[in-house]
Amino acid sequence: MIFRRPVFWLTLLFAALMIWVPVTGNRVALREDLVLVAIAIILASNLNLMIGYTGYVNFGHIVFYGLGGYVGLYLVTGRQWNLVWAALAAGVTVSLFALALGLGILRLRGAYFALATIGVLLAVQSFVENFDPWGRSTGMYVSFDSYQRLGGARHALWLTYFLVIGVMALSMLLSLAIKTSKFGLGLFAIREDEDAAVVLGVNTTLFKAVIYSISAFLPAVAGALMFFKNGMIDPSVAFEFMLSLEGIVMLMLGGKGTVVGAALGGGLYEKLRSSLLTAPKLSNFHLVIAGGLLLLVVLFAPGGLVGWLYRLAPRARKVLE
Amino acid sequence: MIDGLMIGSVYGLAAMGLSLIWGVMDVINLTHGAVIALGMFGMYIFFSAFAMNAYVLLLPIILAGLVLGVVIYWIAVHWVIDRSQLSSLLSTFAVNMMIIGIGTAIWSTSPFNVNFSLPGFTLGAYTFTGNHIAASIAAAVIALALELFLYHTRPGKAIRAVADNREAAELMGISSTMVLTLAFAIGIALAAASGALVSTLFPFTILSGAGYQMKSFVVTVLAGLGKPFGALVAGILLGFLEGVVTPFLAVSWIPLIEFGLFVVVLVAFPKGIFARATV
Repeated sequence: MIFRRPVFWLTLLFAALMIWVPVTGNRVALREDLVLVAIAIILASNLNLMIGYTGYVNFGHIVFYGLGGYVGLYLVTGRQWNLVWAALAAGVTVSLFALALGLGILRLRGAYFALATIGVLLAVQSFVENFDPWGRSTGMYVSFDSYQRLGGARHALWLTYFLVIGVMALSMLLSLAIKTSKFGLGLFAIREDEDAAVVLGVNTTLFKAVIYSISAFLPAVAGALMFFKNGMIDPSVAFEFMLSLEGIVMLMLGGKGTVVGAALGGGLYEKLRSSLLTAPKLSNFHLVIAGGLLLLVVLFAPGGLVGWLYRLAPRARKVLE
Repeated sequence: MIDGLMIGSVYGLAAMGLSLIWGVMDVINLTHGAVIALGMFGMYIFFSAFAMNAYVLLLPIILAGLVLGVVIYWIAVHWVIDRSQLSSLLSTFAVNMMIIGIGTAIWSTSPFNVNFSLPGFTLGAYTFTGNHIAASIAAAVIALALELFLYHTRPGKAIRAVADNREAAELMGISSTMVLTLAFAIGIALAAASGALVSTLFPFTILSGAGYQMKSFVVTVLAGLGKPFGALVAGILLGFLEGVVTPFLAVSWIPLIEFGLFVVVLVAFPKGIFARATV
């Protein structure tokens, strides 16, 4: 049972802390920092389902986040939907889109798929930039009365924060649930040896498309929430290639294939990045440092932080999965 | 449309670099786009320093590309060449991030251009700009040189031997490390050269490489892996296609079309459209 896993309780504890700390004393600046950490964890965790579990690199993971933001904002402002329903609808829409896309491009194996995901990103971005109802390259704004309906801007921002933390906790629990399920075993089989998995009766194309679709759901919900919080969206922020790539760095840093690793990497990297961005001399070099980190991890520590912990204390493997 | 054909030969040149590395060492070189961008800026720097004919400056850029290729190979590729494809994908990608990061710090992301033009001529209703003609000729010459190198010199033959079967080549006394370094260096040099050629045609930023990288992937899969000369032909085909399509569609749709083409070709012709012709 999932409830017996220590990580389950760790996740809940972590989420509770993320809510409790900024709420006591109404610390808004801290909340703004933490929401970025939460988003990083959401992206890294869901990317982990593809890279860590299935062994397929997705360079365009950010597409889900951006598209979710677009669908969500469109429903909230254009159609006057409630934020929660709009975010859920964004998640479902983007997941279905990913499923359809996945059934096509996941026929491609390994590196070919990775290249196709770069293409997906460029293609979706070019589509949105030409799509009239979504404001082409100028994007969309959240109308002010959307905030009013949630009881004023201040209240709405706190509400979005709680929802984002909820999505973050769900992301980690989803990773855990998949890891301990039979479906997860099928994915691991694909990662280790896809041909052998086919022979053993795993419907690999279906499995891959389903996990691709699942990995799209929560990022899309998070995108809808986050862009609602920011008040606007345009193609360059929605489909920021850099963020997509940084997701990979986070995951590799923390340790791919583990629930804790994805969260740890996401949190740490986001902290590192924000301190680099605010340091005046280093702000231009955060990409260089991220690249250097990724290179070092890939070359010398393919297991990431968690892999290192496992070697240090083999018992940790039982607790931190 | 004919313009498209000429630009296509430059795409083909870029893709030849990618295709060579992919075919010989089974590494998908994600530094490709960044190196193309470096080639553009290399041309910009040399051109502003010497104010010579831009096409003469190709030679130092190719040399610099070779050196850069050796450096990247030893930093990022050599250690992971025997590991899974994902490792080299991620390690070259990391180098890509570093190059783009440094480039952004130096040149920001604002556009640059190389202010050099050759006289063109007009034929009926069409005008041919000199730069386009010169770029396509330069691309063709470099492609031909590569072809001669691969098929008629000892190191070239060694590269092909390693591409066919690395173990067997090593048993025949070929040092595969040397050969892989050489192949990677040539691949990078080709990317840099194509970037330099592009810089004489269009304005560019440090991020422009990504679009050309995508085109290179499309061209490479169109041609089939490890067929450098096929890549040139496929590149010309892609350029032609873009030339045909652009009058009817906004330029910003092109990535969508290219991506569609990429997936369709991969699913329908996994070995490239020239597969049968070359076997």
